[in-house]
Amino acid sequence: MSAPNKSYDPVEVEALKPEAIERARDTALAAIAAADGLDALREVKAAHAGDRSPLALANREIGALPPHAKADAGKRVGAARGAVNKALAARQEELEAERDERVLVEEAVDVTLPYDRVPAGARHPLTTLMERIEDVFVAMGYEVAEGPEVETEWFNFDALNIGPDHPARSTQDTFFVAEPRAAAPGGQGGRKGEPAPGSGLVLRTHTSPVQARALLDREPPVYVVCPGRVFRSDELDATHTPVFHQVELLAVDEGLTMADLKGTLDHMVRELFGADMRTRLRPSYFPFTEPSAEMDMVCYVCRGASVGDAARPCRTCSSEGWIELGGCGMVNPRVLTACGVDPDKYSGFAFGFGIERMLMFRHNVEDMRDMVEGDVRFTRPFGTEI
Amino acid sequence: MRAPLSWLREYVDLPAGETGRDVAAKLIAAGLEVETVDQLGAGLSGPLVVGKVLAIEELTEFKKPIRYCQVDVGQANGTGEPQNIVCGARNFAVGDKVVVVLPGAVLPGNFAISARRTYGKLSEGMICSAAELGMGEDHDGIIVLPPEYEPGTDAVELLQLVDEVLDIAVTPDRGYCLSLRGVAREAATAYGLPLRDPALLDVTAPGEYGPAVEVADREGCDRFVARAVTGVRPEARSPIWLQRRLQKAGMRPISLAVDVTNYVMLELGQPLHAYDRARVEGAIGVRRAAPGEKIVTLDGVTRVLDAEDLVIADDAGPIGLAGVMGGASTEIADAEAAAPGSGAAEGTREVVIEAAHFDPVAIARTARRHRLSSEASRRFERGVDPEAAAAAAQRAVDLLVLLAGATAEAGVTEVRGRTAPRTVTLPADHPDRVAGVSYGRETVVRRLQQIGCDVTGTDELTVTVPSWRPDLTDPNDLAEEVVRLEGYENLPATLPRPPAGRGLTDRQRLHRRVGRALAGAGFVEAPNYPFVGDAVWDRLGLPADDARRRTARLLNPLSDEEPALRTTLLPGLLAALRRNDGRGSQGPQGGVALFETGLVFRPTGRERPAERLGVDARPDEAALAAQDAALPGQPRRVAAVLAGAREQAGWWGAARPAQWADAVEAARVVAREAGVRLEAAGDQYAPWHPGRCAALYADVDGERTLVGHAGELHPRVTKALQVPPRTCAMELELDVLERAAGGAVQAPRVSTFPVATQDVALVVDAAVPAADVEAALREGAGDLLESLRLFDVFTGEQLGAGRKSLAYALRFRAAERTLTAEEATAAREAAVAAAVSRTGAELRG
Repeated sequence: MSAPNKSYDPVEVEALKPEAIERARDTALAAIAAADGLDALREVKAAHAGDRSPLALANREIGALPPHAKADAGKRVGAARGAVNKALAARQEELEAERDERVLVEEAVDVTLPYDRVPAGARHPLTTLMERIEDVFVAMGYEVAEGPEVETEWFNFDALNIGPDHPARSTQDTFFVAEPRAAAPGGQGGRKGEPAPGSGLVLRTHTSPVQARALLDREPPVYVVCPGRVFRSDELDATHTPVFHQVELLAVDEGLTMADLKGTLDHMVRELFGADMRTRLRPSYFPFTEPSAEMDMVCYVCRGASVGDAARPCRTCSSEGWIELGGCGMVNPRVLTACGVDPDKYSGFAFGFGIERMLMFRHNVEDMRDMVEGDVRFTRPFGTEI
Repeated sequence: MRAPLSWLREYVDLPAGETGRDVAAKLIAAGLEVETVDQLGAGLSGPLVVGKVLAIEELTEFKKPIRYCQVDVGQANGTGEPQNIVCGARNFAVGDKVVVVLPGAVLPGNFAISARRTYGKLSEGMICSAAELGMGEDHDGIIVLPPEYEPGTDAVELLQLVDEVLDIAVTPDRGYCLSLRGVAREAATAYGLPLRDPALLDVTAPGEYGPAVEVADREGCDRFVARAVTGVRPEARSPIWLQRRLQKAGMRPISLAVDVTNYVMLELGQPLHAYDRARVEGAIGVRRAAPGEKIVTLDGVTRVLDAEDLVIADDAGPIGLAGVMGGASTEIADAEAAAPGSGAAEGTREVVIEAAHFDPVAIARTARRHRLSSEASRRFERGVDPEAAAAAAQRAVDLLVLLAGATAEAGVTEVRGRTAPRTVTLPADHPDRVAGVSYGRETVVRRLQQIGCDVTGTDELTVTVPSWRPDLTDPNDLAEEVVRLEGYENLPATLPRPPAGRGLTDRQRLHRRVGRALAGAGFVEAPNYPFVGDAVWDRLGLPADDARRRTARLLNPLSDEEPALRTTLLPGLLAALRRNDGRGSQGPQGGVALFETGLVFRPTGRERPAERLGVDARPDEAALAAQDAALPGQPRRVAAVLAGAREQAGWWGAARPAQWADAVEAARVVAREAGVRLEAAGDQYAPWHPGRCAALYADVDGERTLVGHAGELHPRVTKALQVPPRTCAMELELDVLERAAGGAVQAPRVSTFPVATQDVALVVDAAVPAADVEAALREGAGDLLESLRLFDVFTGEQLGAGRKSLAYALRFRAAERTLTAEEATAAREAAVAAAVSRTGAELRG
């Protein structure tokens, strides 16, 4: 920077002439406007706003002016530099925006590309349907109770008022478990159809033994829901499976009635199938309940519309308008007695139904085998909740 | 039980317009399971008439013999001229009465009849078989009618072809509904109409001169009525009405005497047996069989008897399995059916009728033991009315007198055991309390009377139950009768108020979380049958003494190939994997990843047989504990298997095949849900690859406890099981994991001071587990270590054979200050020093 030169004639300072400043400013503005990219603009900036730019040089000369001229020249140069810097900033912003736009366009992808790197897993609909049913009852205050799958005959039959000569105990339906001594590694099981030699164990034929266990484990009032796997010796086909699932409900309390049973069933089908659902009870017989009933619900598919309408037959309910859900009734006082509950003080109701069947009509499953073969194509669409 | 509506109407005056479906609806509401209502003769329209065969011309020029007949059909054809009909059947002769369908008629199955040319003749109608008329499939050939019917008589009416039949599945408590009498009783009650009880008839009183009977076993037989008729015309046939009723009820007409016993059984529910008196030697006895005694039953089967079997016997030995099936030796001989020259060629002329009542349990056991369920045994098992025995015998005698020209012998034998009417007492409001409805005493009494009970008492009712209802033993049985007759459909709906619930248990919540977590990790749940066979243990390569070979076995497995219960989830899950793989269910280049949670069955071999406890009171704690001790262990497990691509190939890059580490990670996913950190250690355990198997441990109450295994399967196993090579699997015992689950998580303090990151690469012997190196680093690094992560494993020539380099990123941070570079370096050096001293690691330059 040069020191003020008092002997210097300011009039002779060419660079500070108003025309020169205007020219330098206009040249700079034109160059800025002409810069077609950020690199070009950087060069323009160096040339017209850098230390060696005409306006910067002019600015340096101001000190050489006589005091009276300094203010005027300083104002002129300052205004010119301000205009140039403003234009530079504006152009910078403009060009950056242009660049960003271009880059974003270049970076565009096809968002419709599939991404199935790790295909989704799923839980089995029988599991999730059972959980959903459990949740209906848990919300009402019930507990979920479980029991063993290999069960003693006493729990599976006797405690439930199924006496030794009841037809349900025949080998037709029941898988009998061999005595442990006969069960050494490599030992032979019995031949088909032979009567049990008395290990006293079976694969439970229903979830009802959990009722007995629940009553023996707890003091009344008892409100439990018992989901689980059960076994009957049927061959697998489109409508039968030897291994299937049931949910059993048991309520034992003072003063429970069939009306309570009916209300509980109605509540369940409304929760599971919709507010317009209801149930129907028909008299029936089970050893562990008395009175006993079959429970039906309004057909989930046709809602009863197929009854008497030959043009719109319903395969789900055979145009009966009702679907059979399962059996129910008031807990037979003999069952209460066997489990140490005073039948003069307490009464109870119970019901049980098959989950496979419910899944079939709730989700339009046509073949039982699809539910047991574990094919991922069947299970995946059900996701993790049902 | 098949109940023809026309027969039902004989006992109840049902409203005239009432259809079978209407009646079925009423009976269903009352508790009878009416499964179907068969419409007999649906679509049938005449003319269908009796014809008399006037002439037969045998046509022999065809492949099979054909008859061209002239048949008198009276005025049914409008002309009175004989009708010309071509017929392929040969079981009739000139003069026989047959059933003729004329042109214009329609037979069941929408079979329209017209005159048509066939076999070179014009056939003006058809001579009908039973099958063509929908009467049953049993008879071959055309129907030959008894001679007494006039040609031209309407055969639709004569053969009772149009009817409705209610097919009822009778529940075990309603044995009385295995009879028209019982079904009619229910119908009468349902309609509020009186019942004409067919058992109310004039019964000859028992006397001294009846057939000789000796009941040695009064427990097994508490009622035995025997009657005799003589002078049975052997040629007498069952009349059409009787045959038709049997057919509609699903039974086959056989001979008059047998048909009569079956008819009375259907009518009154009392199984009867008819003996050819000439073939009975001495008195008819009831006793238990001697062990090893034999009998040939009516079905021609020789049966070796058990000492528990109740038999009917004469002086020569057993002549019937009591209440189940008669014996061949005293069978009624049918004159027509008997072979010429056999002793019975003339047929039976004297018949002894047995109407007895047997112990239901004895009958059920015998029927099951001999796998011989009969119409009789089904009824006795479910309970037969002992008080109807005499009436049933009388009814059979009456029918034989009427239809066979027989004479009833005056003597009637009746042996009675100790039987007294049974009473049940109950509070009059008991049905109200069961139902939750105020019926009131009057309704309760009326309903009980309707089903045949005698009721006395006011607040406390004493109810004498009818003899045909052995199922009514408890107050609740009577409550059910009241509630069902008042209508289950009229029950109100109320909701009980359970005490506040506790929701799901921790264990139940864990099971749900495990399922969700595995599904979230890409596994699909596949629950499998628990049945396995020994062959699978060999395929899995289990050593001979492996505990998993000790199985609980079924006595009656569905398949002899799989008689045992699983001790591990892997066989079923791997079979499901194979099935998916075989079907290509995973999609192109995809992988299969499956999981299952469920019980496995682990007998110790020391279980004692479970005793049958009483049911009259709660068993004591020791007895209940013994029940549980009889059960094999049934722990809950979770397993996962995976094969093929764990990450599929795609536009993002190549596929990543499933590997041992994915199986271990699946185990860790499960453990994480339980809040448990699994510690891995190399193991050699079938069916896993001996070099790629991790034993997984958790801390259970301070003890390092094995939870399960994970890794790649042994190549021999994948080959033997025909699953893809390099299939990986893990299996954990959820019950152990649950016990390992820690308490509430203690929140960490999150420091906001800067982190200092330091990387180290350590070279160790290839056999040194990374877990050991990590543990040493952690311990050496001290409290400043915030996290440590292995980010690279490297092997190569420059390291030398059998060496590997492990590269770790260590992050240090202090809770309340910024660490200096010196502090971070010191901590890192301490970590390395620990690794060097404990694992022989060298710091890589």
